[in-house]
Amino acid sequence: MRETEVLVVGGGPAGMVAAIEAAERGAKVVLTERDDRLGGQLIKQTHKFFGSQKQYAGSRGIDISKLLEEKLSNNPNIEILTETTVLGIYEDGVVTMEGANKHLKLKPKRTILATGASEKFLPFANNDLPGIYGAGAVQTLMNVYGVTPGQRVLMVGAGNIGLIVSYQLMQSGVEVAAIIDAAPKIGGYLVHASKIRRAGVPIFTSHTILNAYGQEFVEGAIVASLDDKWQPILGTEKDLAVDVICLAVGLSPLTELCWQAGCEMKYIPEFGGYVPRKNEFLETTVPGVYVCGDAGGVEEASAAMVEGRVAGISVAASLGFGLNIVQDLEAALKDLDQLRSGPAGEKILKGLEKLFARGKQHVS
Amino acid sequence: MRIENHPILIFDRGKILSFFFNGEVIKGYEGESIAAALHAAGIKVLSHSHELHHPRGLFCAIGNCSSCLMVVDGQPNVRVCVEKLREGMRVETQKGKGCLTQ
Ligand SMILES: Cc1cc2nc3c(=O)[nH]c(=O)nc-3n(C[C@H](O)[C@H](O)[C@H](O)COP(=O)(O)OP(=O)(O)OC[C@H]3O[C@@H](n4cnc5c(N)ncnc54)[C@H](O)[C@@H]3O)c2cc1C
Ligand code: FES
Repeated sequence: MRETEVLVVGGGPAGMVAAIEAAERGAKVVLTERDDRLGGQLIKQTHKFFGSQKQYAGSRGIDISKLLEEKLSNNPNIEILTETTVLGIYEDGVVTMEGANKHLKLKPKRTILATGASEKFLPFANNDLPGIYGAGAVQTLMNVYGVTPGQRVLMVGAGNIGLIVSYQLMQSGVEVAAIIDAAPKIGGYLVHASKIRRAGVPIFTSHTILNAYGQEFVEGAIVASLDDKWQPILGTEKDLAVDVICLAVGLSPLTELCWQAGCEMKYIPEFGGYVPRKNEFLETTVPGVYVCGDAGGVEEASAAMVEGRVAGISVAASLGFGLNIVQDLEAALKDLDQLRSGPAGEKILKGLEKLFARGKQHVS
Repeated sequence: MRIENHPILIFDRGKILSFFFNGEVIKGYEGESIAAALHAAGIKVLSHSHELHHPRGLFCAIGNCSSCLMVVDGQPNVRVCVEKLREGMRVETQKGKGCLTQ
């Protein structure tokens, strides 16, 4: 059977950086990505990133992705397998995958799971009508394929993703009828919100969607105000004629492989769902299996990249590679702390506290 | 609808391809997913739910949710949001759960 030192599952920002860091220290790395291109969520991010300058803030996601790809392809220690989906992790350490209609097997010494996240759904009547999409799907259609999702959109969710995708929709010539959010306050950054309001799009807070309607696909949606107990207020219903309802109501970590590998899992609402328990070097409770990026808790690309760095350095160290491992790790962990030190990091720190709750036990 | 003018992106579309949707000839571009090509042609209903036969379209567009299963060249349960378009491909609306011996 084929063997490798490090297998990285997922070619988003977290996985790309993890592969680079491990390979630069001398480890042989196989990086798998189920899509036909690397980049993960970054390939749809046409806006300039918020976050720390060091983590490429101010650059567009699509450009960050290109930069990382260059670094990857220049490294002879890295083999990239695109269109290759990891299917299973077995007890004897064998990992199985599907690529080009073939079933492949690989035995890595270390595995880094960087599978990202998937979009959350929302319960409301007729939520299965065609025309109801996750925000990521809208971005994929419009920013990857150059196809508009429809003509008039109701955006559900006023967090950063809802706001940014609304703006991107307008850039593509699509009308945004309104943005609604159940919370009494806009969750995303006010710079984004103001930009959208200036363009004439109303943002209704304390509002929810009651139902979608339409024969074969969405023709409209009924939204209503919520009282302070988050219950719809009778008589406040508004009928919006839209052909697209875009759900930007959060992400939950893609953790099937963690479950399957036997990682101990914990439900952390701040991270978007169940996540594997891990130590600060990002190793899970299964020795040799590491997690980084959104898969270990939904956060953002900048944090995903620094986590990738931590995971990459950690696996290299555990395999005996690298010269300045201690300094490098300390520097990466410090960057991570710094990223999470602002108000936006509060939620993440709370989640981490819960995750490490049972006495910070370290696995290795 | 296809986006022609975008303030940031330039869409480098591949070669024009023809494929069949329920027997009808539709054009798309090399390199795009079947779902993107269908969507650009205004086709949103991709399948129907098994029990209640509700129309279904795509939801995630990256292969996570299985909301977009269709019959492609006779093979059922293909996620058309991540299956690339090929010249002459036969794409059909799937009825029921699909049968592998089709
Ligand atoms: C609209 C929007 C705007 C955003 N704006 C910002 C911003 O301004 N600043 C910021 O810092 N962050 C931003 N983010 C968040 C950021 O994009 C994500 O947090 C980041 O991409 C997470 O990186 P990741 O590598 O963990 O996951 P992803 O980027 O999701 O990558 C995971 C990869 O793994 C692959 N994969 C999954 N399962 C398998 C498998 N079994 N086998 C093989 N491959 C697999 C997937 O195909 C994917 O390519 C934004 C996100 C969105 C949706
Ligand atoms: S739309 Fe989700 S798998 Fe295709």
